[in-house]
Amino acid sequence: MTATYEPISTTTLANSTTSQVIFNSFPSTYTDLVIVFKGGASAGTTEFQAQFNSDTGSNYSRTRLTGDGSTAASSRDSGVTFMRFTGVGYLPNSDLNNVTIINIFNYSNATTYKTVLSRLNTPTQETNLMCNLWRSTAAITSIRLFVSANNFYTGSTFTLYGIKAE
Amino acid sequence: MANTYTLIQSVTVGSAGAASIEFGSIPQTYTDLLLLCSLDQSNSSVIADIQFNGLSTNLSSRLLLGNGSTASSVTSTALRSYGTNPSDFTASIFSSMTIYIPNYSGSTNKSVSIDAVAENNGTSGFCSFTAGLWSASAAITQITLIANGGNVVQHSSVSLYGIKNS
Repeated sequence: MTATYEPISTTTLANSTTSQVIFNSFPSTYTDLVIVFKGGASAGTTEFQAQFNSDTGSNYSRTRLTGDGSTAASSRDSGVTFMRFTGVGYLPNSDLNNVTIINIFNYSNATTYKTVLSRLNTPTQETNLMCNLWRSTAAITSIRLFVSANNFYTGSTFTLYGIKAE
Repeated sequence: MANTYTLIQSVTVGSAGAASIEFGSIPQTYTDLLLLCSLDQSNSSVIADIQFNGLSTNLSSRLLLGNGSTASSVTSTALRSYGTNPSDFTASIFSSMTIYIPNYSGSTNKSVSIDAVAENNGTSGFCSFTAGLWSASAAITQITLIANGGNVVQHSSVSLYGIKNS
């Protein structure tokens, strides 16, 4: 069987001093990318965010659908400077109970804008679906995952997989 | 590069039905687990519960739900999804459910991401998204899927895959 779901890179944080993890130098030969995050934040009200190709311009937009255990809600942001995976809640503090699965479609094409579909799970706060858009036709060559404040918690893991449509 | 998406076991329910579907003696050699489920049940409940290592304690979940007319969110002290097709839905339609369990063999709490749909040729259907948690340090060696209130019926199937991050 052809290998169609392959690990590209994985990182486990040895301490709580890291505020960003960057995947770069990954092959352009896959069709889609998947990132699996399991972890949390070191402290505070910390959001989980991302940018592509070091682009800090107002080239992102997002739509979220969230449930916090009592209410379902949806909202939208456009013309913002980063993608976001957390919704009404934040990354959990000092534990590793969040799992977020991020799907990045057709990442290497140089023709279309790039869409990202994510499922974030923080069992003590929220479950959400987020659709992010990066308005750029450039192929994605680097992915920066970062927190809005503080750091990722010790033991947080980030794994990048490549998927081939063959 | 190695193919890391490996079938561990697949179960198809026979004509007698089954009170539950169980995977035991799960190898500890993968990083994450994925279950792909197609379920129909004998009761009018849409709920599917998941248990680990034969235990029904220390489980919790936070669900985001849609039934075709209303979005809502609830919590549960079970690890729960709306992941079986109930008996009062159109016959021969089975649910679709994915269950992702990262770091199942580690010593930290086990977080779970579940997406499920129970479709129907009628006025209502269900989709649910679950952030689940088993607050336990034990490695997951056994997984049990239970159709709440009834039996899993013939032709229901579940496949368990192992995913390695290297």
